[in-house]
Amino acid sequence: MSELLSSASRDPLLRVDNLVVEYPVGGRVLHAVSGVSLEVARGETLGLVGESGCGKSTLGRAVLQLRRPTSGRVLFDGEDLTVMQGDALRKMRRRVQLIFQDPIASLNPRRRIGDIVAEPLVISGVKDPKQREQLVDDVLGEVGLDPAIVKGRLPHEFSGGQCQRICIARALVLNPEFIICDEPVSALDVSIRAQILNLLEDMKARFGLTLLFIAHDLAVVKAVSDRVAVMYLGRLCEVAPSQQLFANPAHPYTALLIEAIPVPDPDVRPAESVAVGEPPSPIAPPSGCRFRTRCPRADRRCADEMPELREVAPGQFAACHHPLIGTA
Amino acid sequence: MNEPVLLSVEDVSVDLPTPRGNLRAVDHVDLTIGAGRTLGVVGESGCGKTMLSRAILQLLPKKAKLSGRVMFDGQDLVRLDPERLRKLRGRSLAVVFQDPMTSLNPVLTIGTQLIETLQEHLELDLAAAKMRSIELLAAVGIPAPEQRLLQYPHQLSGGMRQRVAIAIALSCEPKLLIADEPTTALDVTIQAQILDLLAREQRRRHMAMIIITHDLGVVAGRTDEVAVMYAGRIVERAPTHDLFKKMRMPYTEALLAAIPKIDAAPHTPLPAISGRPPDPTRPIPGCSFSPRCRYTTELCRREKPPLAEAESPAHRFACFHPIGAAAVVPA
Repeated sequence: MSELLSSASRDPLLRVDNLVVEYPVGGRVLHAVSGVSLEVARGETLGLVGESGCGKSTLGRAVLQLRRPTSGRVLFDGEDLTVMQGDALRKMRRRVQLIFQDPIASLNPRRRIGDIVAEPLVISGVKDPKQREQLVDDVLGEVGLDPAIVKGRLPHEFSGGQCQRICIARALVLNPEFIICDEPVSALDVSIRAQILNLLEDMKARFGLTLLFIAHDLAVVKAVSDRVAVMYLGRLCEVAPSQQLFANPAHPYTALLIEAIPVPDPDVRPAESVAVGEPPSPIAPPSGCRFRTRCPRADRRCADEMPELREVAPGQFAACHHPLIGTA
Repeated sequence: MNEPVLLSVEDVSVDLPTPRGNLRAVDHVDLTIGAGRTLGVVGESGCGKTMLSRAILQLLPKKAKLSGRVMFDGQDLVRLDPERLRKLRGRSLAVVFQDPMTSLNPVLTIGTQLIETLQEHLELDLAAAKMRSIELLAAVGIPAPEQRLLQYPHQLSGGMRQRVAIAIALSCEPKLLIADEPTTALDVTIQAQILDLLAREQRRRHMAMIIITHDLGVVAGRTDEVAVMYAGRIVERAPTHDLFKKMRMPYTEALLAAIPKIDAAPHTPLPAISGRPPDPTRPIPGCSFSPRCRYTTELCRREKPPLAEAESPAHRFACFHPIGAAAVVPA
């Protein structure tokens, strides 16, 4: 499967191979991620979308080994993180950073901003306080904050948008290559959201970053991503270049997500009841295609046979027996 | 189209004492809504939209000070005695909140909560109330309603809980339903379902509805009128189509522009609004949007623009340099 995907990205910085993450829940198994393979090329932004509980955050954490996967491999710059331990893993993590959804909750309320942003430097062994201070000042300036004003303050003195800037500064201070953004703007207001998205784009260009951008909002994902992967109940439904995905979705679930986006135009009548039902429990996912219980195109085959990701158009992969485009 | 006025909010202000001084959450707001009509109230966090809805419902925090009148169905809710207010709320004036987990009682079954409401307001006997509860749950799209009556809120998904909250709100055939960010906590596919449900029930029952949201997309195709709030004031108010197509207030324009467009190419920079809303405990003399506005002049910093009429009496905006006017010189 990953051989197919590699046509979209020649030089992957990150390669996830058949990743499985399962949690024990009261004697049963919750299938959070069930055999996901994807690649992120150097300098690319891959968007990962799906509804709550689809496993997208778990996938992000499993990449960083914050949650050890049940099986599968995570190759970062050619090295398998899943077999790495201790120091080797810590070293690798300097190159991969994470930005969370709730910027206020992800800052320690009792520590000053200067110390929060300097902490990754302390951990990674930058011993000279002068040098640390210089790096902190530089990165705060980069994210649009005045170091002289913010360094001595506590997180509660800042708004959500400013806290997200601080989180971005903390992620950037080690000069990483790869950042996983897990719903970085969903807690923010529309006007502030645009500021943070623009900042992430700026920082990506300036620091030559590669991003995995996880969100439930397709419009936000499209705004920043080169390619988008759509996830449903632990599996990938579709992976395609953003433009193509939105213009010609191949998977019925992708089409459903696009139709459900509220359009800020009164001339566009909201599509009536495009969405049927709710996702089933990941403890007992449906057989075959996991989307079949909500899919208008589902038939017998979808219940019996799990669809594999296959190329339905150049660069566009869908896991569906009855895709909306291409040959069935 | 000229329905009799059901609710009229007249010169309502809400002040909240805080350790940092007085916070004016709602600042001289006037609004009316006709029977069976829908109004969207749009604004960012802290703009006062939720305080406005609480002022209408008379559910303000104890320390809050309210001035002005809230006329509902011929009575001033501000001066109504608590007993009659309680009878009115839940019966002809209903509300759906953002988080159904906090509005439903976690230790009572869905059935108890629905049946209690029906018995209290409609004086139905237990059997009739139970029958009606099952009908209501079915009407809001809950599968197997008989079994749901025995379940607790935590046993339902977020979308199902919101459906239950809507069923309770609709149970006594209210004349006005206030939906305060009813879908903000929900996924996009569930959001579409809940908005459809609200629209369908609103039409079927000829009920007036106020949808409060931060998302212009939510109100675009689903309301008759929209009021945009900023820093406690209504800064533009118009029939929905006019608001989107002939907006006059730069804040409305900026708010709409900041939404990522689904048909824009990836990596298109978003026209973000610089800065952030003013501190509500430190009111500024002029237009509250002036520090962030691209059309600001000296006049805007000095004086507050009144909510003036545009082409029609239904369209009002508060701006000295409205969009579409000849004299606009972008900064």
